[in-house]
Amino acid sequence: MGSHPVGPVDGSGAAVDFTKVQQTEQFKELRKRHRSFVFPMAVFFLLWYFAYVLLADYAHEFMATPVFGNINIGIILGLLQFVSTFAITMWYVSYANRRLDPIAAQLRHELEEAAPDAFIDPAGGKK
Amino acid sequence: MIALPSAAVRVPLQTAEATTVGSPLLNIGIFGLFVAITLVIVLRASRNNKTAADYYAAGRSFTGGQNGTAIAGDYLSAASFLGIVGAIAINGYDGFLYSIGFLVAWLVALLLVAELLRNTGKFTMADVLSFRLKQRPVRIAAAITTLAVCFFYLLAQMAGAGGLVSLLLGINDRVGQSVVITVVGVLMIMYVLIGGMKGTTWVQIIKACLLIAGAFIMTVWVLALHDFNLSTLLGAAIETSGNAAITSPGLQYGASATTRLDFLSLALALVLGTAALPHVLMRFYTVPTAKEARRSVVWAIWLIGAFYLFTLVLGYGASALIGAERIAAAPGGVNSAAPLLAYELGGSILLGLISAVAFATILAVVAGLTITAAASFAHDIYASVIRRGKVDPDGEVKVARRTVVVIGLLSILGGIGAQGQNVAFLVALAFAVAASANLPTILYSLFWRKFNTQGAVWSMYGGLGSAILLIALSPVVSGGEKSMIQSADFSLFPLSNPGIVSIPLAFFLGWLGTVLSRTTEDPMKQAEMEVRSLTGVGAEKATDH
Repeated sequence: MGSHPVGPVDGSGAAVDFTKVQQTEQFKELRKRHRSFVFPMAVFFLLWYFAYVLLADYAHEFMATPVFGNINIGIILGLLQFVSTFAITMWYVSYANRRLDPIAAQLRHELEEAAPDAFIDPAGGKK
Repeated sequence: MIALPSAAVRVPLQTAEATTVGSPLLNIGIFGLFVAITLVIVLRASRNNKTAADYYAAGRSFTGGQNGTAIAGDYLSAASFLGIVGAIAINGYDGFLYSIGFLVAWLVALLLVAELLRNTGKFTMADVLSFRLKQRPVRIAAAITTLAVCFFYLLAQMAGAGGLVSLLLGINDRVGQSVVITVVGVLMIMYVLIGGMKGTTWVQIIKACLLIAGAFIMTVWVLALHDFNLSTLLGAAIETSGNAAITSPGLQYGASATTRLDFLSLALALVLGTAALPHVLMRFYTVPTAKEARRSVVWAIWLIGAFYLFTLVLGYGASALIGAERIAAAPGGVNSAAPLLAYELGGSILLGLISAVAFATILAVVAGLTITAAASFAHDIYASVIRRGKVDPDGEVKVARRTVVVIGLLSILGGIGAQGQNVAFLVALAFAVAASANLPTILYSLFWRKFNTQGAVWSMYGGLGSAILLIALSPVVSGGEKSMIQSADFSLFPLSNPGIVSIPLAFFLGWLGTVLSRTTEDPMKQAEMEVRSLTGVGAEKATDH
């Protein structure tokens, strides 16, 4: 499997100085944009999830408070977990399309043009 | 042990009475039709399986939508369908909590894992974990945790298949169920052997469509009977059960301080386990780019989310139309809620359809697990460790195919042996092992520059070992009324799910191993991995020609 470009076994990346790429402003910007979105978002949804779990686990009476008809706060908060999951998903997709993909694509093309040999795959890929 | 950690995967175990509902012949007929159609598709899909990339990663030829549907197919096991509907029907709101954990967990995969993983790996989870660390120790550890998770998951599904038939096909004796397990196992071996990842993916896609469509039809039907009003449905469920508490939490997990802590532990394992399940991770390699990997997760989130909303309606629907007592008394107990509801709504035909879908689902999940385990063995252990990379792809695929047969036979034997065993035990172990053994190392190696080999090895073995040890010492295994071993009591650990201890421990060990290590890893490799993971350089080119 040594001929595939992905994976460290083959050392195919040797032709490209990745440490240099890592230090470019463009790459730092991409990493910043990625992390400044996914980390706070991950913290947020985990806090919101565990807040909900703790309420369901320890605040039964609060969760049983009726809101309308037979619908209580517990059902509403549970459904809101679905809503927030869908919302974060859509938000991330739109963020990634606008703010991450263009930079990533540009960097990728620059790298592949600079060192075409390092990224061409003689064995894998579609045949 | 009422508070079993995974109602999500509980499948009928008891084969008490020889009563069945509907017509077993019709059920077998519909199931046979599914097998025939999917086999034809697998045969067609497998015509151009030539390279290793074809066999393990379906030539990276699937679109995000197709792969997302297949992920949903992999994730929504029949047990999850039967288990969650049953848990809501009997325990009310506490069953709903499973759905939420299973869904929210996908955000971890979407935000932190899927795209970066697709960009840095090739076939297996170990590709990513060993990218910038020492190949052999990390690959071996990652392969062992992969095989452990897959094996426990497989046993549960195979044993579940045996239990399911007692209700659906009217086969109640042990020998008959063993025959059914063998048939399922042989079919699964055929799918994976012939079809590779491509065939397996098509089976998942078809099954996901059938399962979601079936659940959708039943949901609309139940809602139609209750004026399309959730409040009316809840009211009917309260009336049938005579217990207003079923619409609020606590019925199952509120019993004591221990059960509450157990629930917290389960919630942690669920939300962190999903993004570390090897058979789910491997699906990200079947798409050509990171962007398609993102699309697949988005599709999966919508499909899985919709499905879990259906199960809420179906669970309360079963509670309202059938009643918890009748469900609990039926063969298969709590897990019979969905089939009973189908029978109540649409008679034998709908029951036959839903049963066949449930059964087909087990087959598809088992196939997905088997190919993951086989890929891990052939690619990580055989090709990279035993042969030290000196094996051509054809040789590797040959080994993978042989591994499929071995794993298939082992899971048939294990499934027969595990009949009547506590199935929830096996799947809880799979989720806990995934979250403890894999997730810390995945996150550290993607995001922590200083992370090193010692940290990875400590975290993976520490997570794996502590999760298995704590489950072995839990009331799931011994001491309780529903334990696997009732005659002895060595349950030193009070919780049925080890997550709350083993997951933080694995994160801690990963940190400790790293800071205590004297060797530093190659900074070039770290740079390469980071650049590749964020830009997708190299990974995408591979499919361009």
